[in-house]
Amino acid sequence: MNAPQAADAAALMIEREPFYRPVHGEVELFEAAWRNRVPVLLKGPTGCGKTRFMEFMAWRLGRPLVTVSCHDDLTAADLVGRYLVTANETVWVDGPMAHAVRIGALLYLDEIVEARKDTTVVIHPLADDRRSLFIEKRGEVLKAPPEFMLAISYNPGYQSVLKELKHSTRQRFVAIDFDYPAADIEAAIVARESGVDAATAERLVRLAHMTRNLKGNGLDEGASTRLLVHAGKLIAQGVAPRAACAGAIALALTDEREMLAAVNELVSAVF
Amino acid sequence: MSSSAPSFERPLSAAILEERFEELIGAVLSSRRTAAGIAQALADEPRAVQDFAMHWVAVTAKSSPELAYQFAALAPRAVAELGTAGAERWLLAAMDVYDREGLYRASAALKDLAAYAERLRERGRGVAFDEVARVLEPFIAGLSGRRLRLEAAETAWTDTAIVYLPAQVTLYEAREDNFRVYKLTAALLWAQARFGTFNLAAGAYPSSPRGLALLAFLETLRLAAKLERYLPGLYRDYLALAQPAPGAEFDGAAARLRAPQASAADSLAELVRLPASAQAPSWPFVGTLDPERAAAARAERIEREKSALRRALAGLQREEGRAEPPAFSLDVAQDDQADANAEFALMLDGRPLAPPPEVAGLVESIMQDLGEIPEDYLEPAGEGGYRAGGGEPPESEAQADAADAGARLYDEWDYRRRHYRKQWCVLRERDVHPGDPSFAPRTLERYRAQARALRRSFEALRGEDKRLRGEPYGDDIDLDALVRARAELAAGGELSERTFVRRARHERDVAVLFTVDMSGSTKGWINDCEREALVLLCEALEVLGDRYAIYGFSGITHKRCEAYRVKRFDEPYDELVRQRIAGIQPLDYTRMGAAIRHLTGILAAEEARTRLLVTLTDGKPDDFSDGYRGEYGIEDTRQALIEAKRAGIHPFCITIDREAGAYLPRMYGAVNYTVVADVARLPLKLADLYRRLTA
Repeated sequence: MNAPQAADAAALMIEREPFYRPVHGEVELFEAAWRNRVPVLLKGPTGCGKTRFMEFMAWRLGRPLVTVSCHDDLTAADLVGRYLVTANETVWVDGPMAHAVRIGALLYLDEIVEARKDTTVVIHPLADDRRSLFIEKRGEVLKAPPEFMLAISYNPGYQSVLKELKHSTRQRFVAIDFDYPAADIEAAIVARESGVDAATAERLVRLAHMTRNLKGNGLDEGASTRLLVHAGKLIAQGVAPRAACAGAIALALTDEREMLAAVNELVSAVF
Repeated sequence: MSSSAPSFERPLSAAILEERFEELIGAVLSSRRTAAGIAQALADEPRAVQDFAMHWVAVTAKSSPELAYQFAALAPRAVAELGTAGAERWLLAAMDVYDREGLYRASAALKDLAAYAERLRERGRGVAFDEVARVLEPFIAGLSGRRLRLEAAETAWTDTAIVYLPAQVTLYEAREDNFRVYKLTAALLWAQARFGTFNLAAGAYPSSPRGLALLAFLETLRLAAKLERYLPGLYRDYLALAQPAPGAEFDGAAARLRAPQASAADSLAELVRLPASAQAPSWPFVGTLDPERAAAARAERIEREKSALRRALAGLQREEGRAEPPAFSLDVAQDDQADANAEFALMLDGRPLAPPPEVAGLVESIMQDLGEIPEDYLEPAGEGGYRAGGGEPPESEAQADAADAGARLYDEWDYRRRHYRKQWCVLRERDVHPGDPSFAPRTLERYRAQARALRRSFEALRGEDKRLRGEPYGDDIDLDALVRARAELAAGGELSERTFVRRARHERDVAVLFTVDMSGSTKGWINDCEREALVLLCEALEVLGDRYAIYGFSGITHKRCEAYRVKRFDEPYDELVRQRIAGIQPLDYTRMGAAIRHLTGILAAEEARTRLLVTLTDGKPDDFSDGYRGEYGIEDTRQALIEAKRAGIHPFCITIDREAGAYLPRMYGAVNYTVVADVARLPLKLADLYRRLTA
């Protein structure tokens, strides 16, 4: 394993204020949870701003941010750390979780349901009032400093029963519900992030609402704010709006020929 | 098809043809209507045409001898005008009409040969409803939250629940333009439903056709202005297609109806102002209005959605744990554009509440109909409500129930037509009536020794721990790999990280659906063996922990296919299931295709790496009516199995028909079946087969 030594805290600081538009008091809720050392669960569809929110909060609270995108091969060892064999010895290397605990960072586990089940072993003691991480291989117990905070995200849109978050896990967290923002706010975000004018941003949002109408009627998910920003960036670069939306939105949403045609018709109706 | 292949043999004589006709369609011939005429006409044709005609006469006669007679009479002309391929499509179209609407319409369709030929010529550039429906339906659904169905009809109109579109559009040279007409027609009809064309009092609409046509045109002007604001891209299509320009008498109306607040009432007011001579230009995408039928659909929907909303609110109230009637209220953001979906906040005692999607959808739809949510709509009622009875319409409940418990429609493959008979089979799901409670214990007692052996062999299959070597992480060091890695390192290579041994559970991820033939031919001890086999199988499967379901099937004619639930996937194997197994009885016929299609749907909904559909049967597909017996049934079943494979399902058949070798390879493919020659061995064999299938 040639993993680099864990980055130091300074590198994980967010220097510049990320653009984030608060929608319904989630900033205050998160801050209150952080002060009271309560972990947080961010719930919401993909691309609605959960990760950006975490960056914003890390900047606001002045804490380093450690983000782990969970995948189905992610094990507890990946999170906690492991011994590596170097030239003539074995060296312990902290995983992102141990590192985050040591430096009192905000630890953000993105799409937690994707991780292997054995990760709950290390998440649970960290998420309740023990706030400690057991490093079994070293016989070490890390006590989380007061600044440390655990946040996980979860997209309830997955229909699969295999992707349910267990109650023993979810009931340790304060949940903050995220959804796509209201139309005018979303348009402002798209305009700001992508650099398109207000009228184009408003049309993009209208298109997004149309695709969200199709969720469950042929589409698994509607277009997310993130997709709108992508399309907007292309448009701002001079790509024709229909082509930009076809590439950034329609093809991202579906592979099915007829559905693709329908989404493209919606695009050409709006633009 | 071999019989319609070109043939260079000598033409058949009129006498021979007449004799064949007597055989095939004798039922509709009489002394006054003999086959002599049609035979004589056909005798002058080349042999290839004769073969073509006779083949399709035979095929059609299976459905309707009368239709076959009419086809025979028209066949020479049809082949002359359309060619054999075209004539085949013409006949198939008529047979589709026959399946859907009966003989009268079908023969009308057949006799309309000239019109069909004309349509066919146009179709080269035209666009047909079937081609566009699957694109336009999601397109319309995307425009607004309320789901509108699309159907083909003579003219374009809507009753606010279904958008009817013409069967084809052939106005323009270019296909894209014809498609644009379709799209615009559909969008304007959607706009009629969305922007309240039918929200006026019933008596307000003109009664004369001319008045309605003018109103439809004025509404188009009004709705086009909405499109301009909301869907500018579509509006450009509108401008391109809105030819010729309307007369000057419409100028004033057009300007006034462009106002954002213009409503259907304003269109009516404009109608009165128009001079008597006003003539609306005929634009290809302007549909007709049928206020009466729209009012009926709207009234039915309002009533239904009112009670649904109140029921949903009652559910919310229960979730909130409130006993006393809560005060729901609604804050609607008054959007002066009224274009986008309405934004609203649901309040419970002044506190905002996140509305579940179905409530949001209902509110949205009611707002479209009424422009507001009347207060009594917000009183929780219905099941779980604490003020039930307040204006709950009982018949709409019953309708909902009927629809719920109601039938599913399935296509059936007609190999002679090489086409599906659309929505042909009516299938209902029923529960097996529980049978003798002592059956299962008796069976287990009888096969005690074998059952124990089965259990053991299934236990061996169960997920076991495996030691995986060369893993990047694990509970122990893989010394071999480590030594190798060190050696590589010393040699200047990169240190491999795969140096651990890990214990991993080998997980089975199998969902299996057993379907049992409940046809009359299983009567007697075949049925006993089937039931015993199922009991033993369930015992074994419980050991294994695989997910499984058991359904029986039977049916009589395409109108009464039945799937019998013995055990659903989400049901535990309990006393009730054991009694249902005991209650499996021989019933009617073996119309397998529809049952397989239905069960495929159930199985496809299960999340599993491996999905198995195991059919247990005593013979080939069979039904006494509409020619299902024999080849037709085999081909339909084969088609249903192909569909299942396409859905990612592995079909497998276990049969006790010794003759099965003749047709099963065709149906299941050469490997996916097995014949259990000795019925008595079925109970043991079934579990054993399953074990081998999934090992």
